[in-house]
Amino acid sequence: MSRPIKLPSPAFDLTHHTLDNGLRVVVAPDRSAPVVGVAVLYDVGIRSEPEGRTGFAHLFEHLMFQGSANLEKLEHFRYVQSSGGTFNGSTHFDYTDYFEALPSNALERGLFLEADRMRSPRITEENLANQLEVVKNEIRVNVMNRPYGGFPWIYLPSVLFDTFANSHNGYGGFEDLEGATVEDARDFFRTYYAPANAVLAVAGDLDPDETLELVEKHFGGIKKRRAPKRPSFAEPRLQSERRATHDDPHAPIPAVAIGYRVPDPVGDLDEHLAHVLLAEILSDGDASRLQQRLVQRDQLVTDIAAYIGEFGDPFDERDPTALTITAHYPDAGSLEAILRAIDEELARVADDGLAPGELDRVRTRLISVLLREMDAVLSRTLNFAKFELIYGRAELIAELPGRLAAVTEDAVRKAAAELRPDRRAVLELVAGGAK
Amino acid sequence: MTVPALTKPRTPKRLTVSERTTESGLRVIAVRKPGVPIVEMRLRLPFASARATHSARSALLSDSMLTGAAGYDRAGLAAAVQALGGDLSVGVDADRLMVAGNVLATNLRPLLGLLATVLNDATYPDDEVATERDRLVEKLSMARSRAGVVASEALSHRMWGEHPYTHSLPQPDAVAATTPAQVRKLHADMVRPGRAVLVVVGDISPARALDQVEAALGDWTGRAPVGRIPALPGPEPSPLLIIDRPGSVQSSLRMGASALSRTDERYPALQLANMIFGGYFSSRWTENIREDKGYTYGPHSRIEHNVLGSSLMLDVEVATEVTGPALLETLYELGKIASLPVTEAEVDSVRQYAIGTLALSTATQAGLASTLSALAAFGLGLDWMIEHPRNLAATSVDDVSAAAAEFLAPARLTSVVVGDAQTITAPLAALVPVTTEP
Repeated sequence: MSRPIKLPSPAFDLTHHTLDNGLRVVVAPDRSAPVVGVAVLYDVGIRSEPEGRTGFAHLFEHLMFQGSANLEKLEHFRYVQSSGGTFNGSTHFDYTDYFEALPSNALERGLFLEADRMRSPRITEENLANQLEVVKNEIRVNVMNRPYGGFPWIYLPSVLFDTFANSHNGYGGFEDLEGATVEDARDFFRTYYAPANAVLAVAGDLDPDETLELVEKHFGGIKKRRAPKRPSFAEPRLQSERRATHDDPHAPIPAVAIGYRVPDPVGDLDEHLAHVLLAEILSDGDASRLQQRLVQRDQLVTDIAAYIGEFGDPFDERDPTALTITAHYPDAGSLEAILRAIDEELARVADDGLAPGELDRVRTRLISVLLREMDAVLSRTLNFAKFELIYGRAELIAELPGRLAAVTEDAVRKAAAELRPDRRAVLELVAGGAK
Repeated sequence: MTVPALTKPRTPKRLTVSERTTESGLRVIAVRKPGVPIVEMRLRLPFASARATHSARSALLSDSMLTGAAGYDRAGLAAAVQALGGDLSVGVDADRLMVAGNVLATNLRPLLGLLATVLNDATYPDDEVATERDRLVEKLSMARSRAGVVASEALSHRMWGEHPYTHSLPQPDAVAATTPAQVRKLHADMVRPGRAVLVVVGDISPARALDQVEAALGDWTGRAPVGRIPALPGPEPSPLLIIDRPGSVQSSLRMGASALSRTDERYPALQLANMIFGGYFSSRWTENIREDKGYTYGPHSRIEHNVLGSSLMLDVEVATEVTGPALLETLYELGKIASLPVTEAEVDSVRQYAIGTLALSTATQAGLASTLSALAAFGLGLDWMIEHPRNLAATSVDDVSAAAAEFLAPARLTSVVVGDAQTITAPLAALVPVTTEP
């Protein structure tokens, strides 16, 4: 079935501005619903944590909600929610985000709240002690007390990467977290939370000029500080296979994560997009290569997934990033057969190429997924901020359909050819909860 | 510097709903909601049954429905959907089967064609059903290795006994005993348009979408039999049930009670009372046991709406060593809100939050489609989305206090804890009667 595909391309009205203190601002009006998104992304994440302070970027994220220049503890949450809005924050490998979705009549309030903590969060012994307990409970619920908790994002980097920045546990060890001090937090804030090290995105039911005035009013007075120079965290591809095991006391059946270092997602965007499409060809839906082979035909695995980016978002990280394949499987003795089948499927893509229509249908679906993600005002806001921070251009998100359409079959085959057994890191999850 | 006041709220654009019931009894609801060039689809089929085998059969039907249909094998069907920029998925619970999808807006018609093929001619090939049966057994074992799933199942059992709602997650042996023929028969009996509702939301012309649905699904006919389902029992007071999960670093506490459905005139008051107690981050429960004491990453209290009744459901995971103190504070906050009036400021805050988050959740195509689909099961629709904020606005502080007194009283909650029994039993037994027998 080969019919010409028509791919929709989104159009966004983006206004850029940089304040005197260096804060980069992206404003995107869309008046279809009376809601706005406000997001601040700071250019610091798990990779910038100092040695001996694993998990600090995330612990610090919690401290940013504990009151600020003009707000007591609890007031941030109360002001957002009593305005009819929602809030959250999250810590990534290369950045940390803080955001609100609000009715549009709370736009200025949202800007004020973000500016107030960019000016000075209330970092106190009491807040630190409280949030240390909260974070430990977050790790208990998401990792320690949960089967497959944190697998593989916490554990695979230590096998796949070499430097402390790339390989350490991003949620943090309890000992490191307990060692964190108020002084550490103040230093971290001074170094990384400068306006010049951040991007602010505001999208939705707003007027761009009025919004920029409000941004100037609330953020303009924050003192300029030098943005830290970000070191390169890049690591070359592996030259020989690495293996490790991870014991999970609650898991009833084993699992495996296979990681490959892949090209610089920013510097080699087209090559990166070929890998993104390859991941979809491998595991998106029942027609994908690995689902057909390992789930349906050989019945070796209960499920299998291939994705780029430690959290499954291929546009979330700078160099280095990884392509990861994960699977759960009932028979602990079948790991080698699983690896062999995956290698064969990768070699089939590399050697024999794709079936007629295969690349087009996968590409069409991926573009549809990207468009769908842009419907909610908050995810749109976060995407503008993320593309501005990581790629330096929020506009890129509108160009992705065109860039994806230009990826050739040869580029996908070449990507598959790079995923060789000697370039992978294999982490086997040993099921301690097997009955 | 003071916190900026809210400006005048803007009224959302009025949505228009087009609706048609086809000759075969399928109710179709179409809403134009531009934004991104996508269409969202939710087909909801009543799927409740009191038969003991139903939970296993319906779960396997749900997992195998897209593994083959006239003219398509499994991969062929998936490839055809993908080529449209689309997705189809199937899910089931004790009330309904849901076939959900989304697709590039220009491809709605061919996606409806594929949907019709599945509804009319899903083949459930023997080998595919066998594959899915084995996978389902593994997936159930993975689900039940989670403390929260064990706790929720135990709570349902304690609240509702052997009612079908207790068994929405099937037992592995029942799944293993299910045959492809039984799944095919279940499809033939119950995958029928008679009482089904299809919601279509997106960048579409509603009139044309209704025509397209009618044309595509015209051959899909019949009516599922209406089975008799026993009424949901009212939970009886009982001691706190402790289920041992040795070595757990946290305890999973679940509490439940009956609640009011959306159609009850006191529902807005109960919704607000629940929010003040534990239904949003600025709630008393969260501010106490998370932001003050650090016992947990976060407690949640919500009202769940099922066809046979609504329930108040509380869940929290607390560090093992503070399980007793966490229950103490939970009972304190429940007792306080049931015994003493709430404040005007608290009601104002949750009122705005309830109104604002309803608007946010229905501001997307997917959110609006899911909300309309869920409301349709209760005979509610867009009108409810417009009237409910008004009802919230008209609810008084006294109404909220009265609802809290009636529904949030700790004495009426059924409770379960999954955790390290050796460590937590004595501290819990110091506070409430406990049992280890389910």
